Amino acid sequence: MASKYSNMTVRAYRRENGRVGVRNHVVILPVDDISNAACEAVANNVKGTMAIPHAYGRLQFGEDLELHFRTMIGTGANPNVAAVVVIGIEPGWTKRIADGIRATGKPVAEFSIEQNGDFETIRRASWAAKDFVHMTSEYQREECSISELWVSTKCGESDTTTGLGSCPTVGNMYDKLLPEGITGFFGETSEITGAEHICQKRAINEEVGERWYKMWKAYQDDVIFAHQTDDLSDSQPTKGNIEGGLTTIEEKALGNLEKIGRTSKFIDILEPAEQPKSGNGLYFMDSSSAAAECVTLMAAGGAVIHTFPTGQGNVVGNPIVPVIKITANPRTVRTMSEHVDVDVSGILRREQTIDEAGDALIEMICRTANGRNTAAEALGHREFSMTKLYRSA
Amino acid sequence: MAEIPHLLVHEHDDNVGVVVVEGLTAGTDMLCCVTHDNSTFRMTSGADVPIGHKIALKDLKAGDTAMKYGEDIGKIIADIPKGAHVHTHNCKTKRW
Repeated sequence: MASKYSNMTVRAYRRENGRVGVRNHVVILPVDDISNAACEAVANNVKGTMAIPHAYGRLQFGEDLELHFRTMIGTGANPNVAAVVVIGIEPGWTKRIADGIRATGKPVAEFSIEQNGDFETIRRASWAAKDFVHMTSEYQREECSISELWVSTKCGESDTTTGLGSCPTVGNMYDKLLPEGITGFFGETSEITGAEHICQKRAINEEVGERWYKMWKAYQDDVIFAHQTDDLSDSQPTKGNIEGGLTTIEEKALGNLEKIGRTSKFIDILEPAEQPKSGNGLYFMDSSSAAAECVTLMAAGGAVIHTFPTGQGNVVGNPIVPVIKITANPRTVRTMSEHVDVDVSGILRREQTIDEAGDALIEMICRTANGRNTAAEALGHREFSMTKLYRSA
Repeated sequence: MAEIPHLLVHEHDDNVGVVVVEGLTAGTDMLCCVTHDNSTFRMTSGADVPIGHKIALKDLKAGDTAMKYGEDIGKIIADIPKGAHVHTHNCKTKRW
């Protein structure tokens, strides 16, 4: 059924694999921590490129290594990235990541440092990066349906106003845009605790709901109960949450879950950083509730815009995905307005309805997709945090 | 709504509400709004409570369940008179 959202379009970049991106980054991607310096040197040499340094990639194994590869490949494959230069210490894992990104059809160049040194690697990689900048800077935005956007969500520095205002605003957006065919991501496994009975019922069917519950329970047993000291190790709710008035994890979880609205159902469950394969719809990604980790995983899963409700004022951004900040807390608007993209504090004053706030967010999603820099982009917030499952060998 | 509410309550079943104005002081005649249907009532605050923090909508006893969103959000661990501040000193998760 056609709605007023059906004909909405944005001007975005259509990639070789058909996906739609809203940014046009040339990324210099290190395979491992010791290749960060070379990547940063290349990004310094060639303007219009961006290095994404990180802390891992050596002596990982098993599921943890698979997650590393998924995160690296997913980041390079994200449609917000036009071309990628991959640099690693040795050629084996470098090739694996470069080939994974290459499967999207986008231009990828790979370099390894052993038997070349930083200088020679940087020289050759800089030439490749410069070629990519010339080529991709001529790419043009074209008209794309809003339904082609993949939009993720995760909230941070939550307080009671997120459950009253900013999270229901995101939920209202999903209730309006999921029926139009967008792909959505939510997650934060630990933060569903206290609302797991409600979340399970939001699965599309019983089979998906049962798989979701098993995933949540496994996290409880293997991570929380295995390592807890007290009330979720004194971190859920966080000190910031408690300062903002949240008392228990149940209260936090119920507010968090407002992000999936009233009618939306999730159609499948994703591993951390996994790309959806079941078609358009809403997905739950098994993920950390830490802001930068969660946004990094969802970006690697293919989200091109992130909607981020905050209460007390989380300032997180991401290197490749614009993060739209939404707050309903009038004190945060007063004290931290440089971080706020969508002010929905009118909801608390009963001057703005959730429906109106949802429309305001949809408008900001379109403007962001068209090229408006978010507050986090303007302020240079490029937090890229890999999730690590266990100690390296 | 011409007057701005001081306190928002999610559901009629809830026994706590959220302060949504800065600088609320004890003895304020609060306009309270239930967001589910925008119905309103008035109540007097019993303490200075910061924005975002909760106030008891009725007398609560240790052992009672705190209700918000129409759901169980934890257990009351000390008696709380109507209008008083509800937070980590008198309310705790049932999970751990």
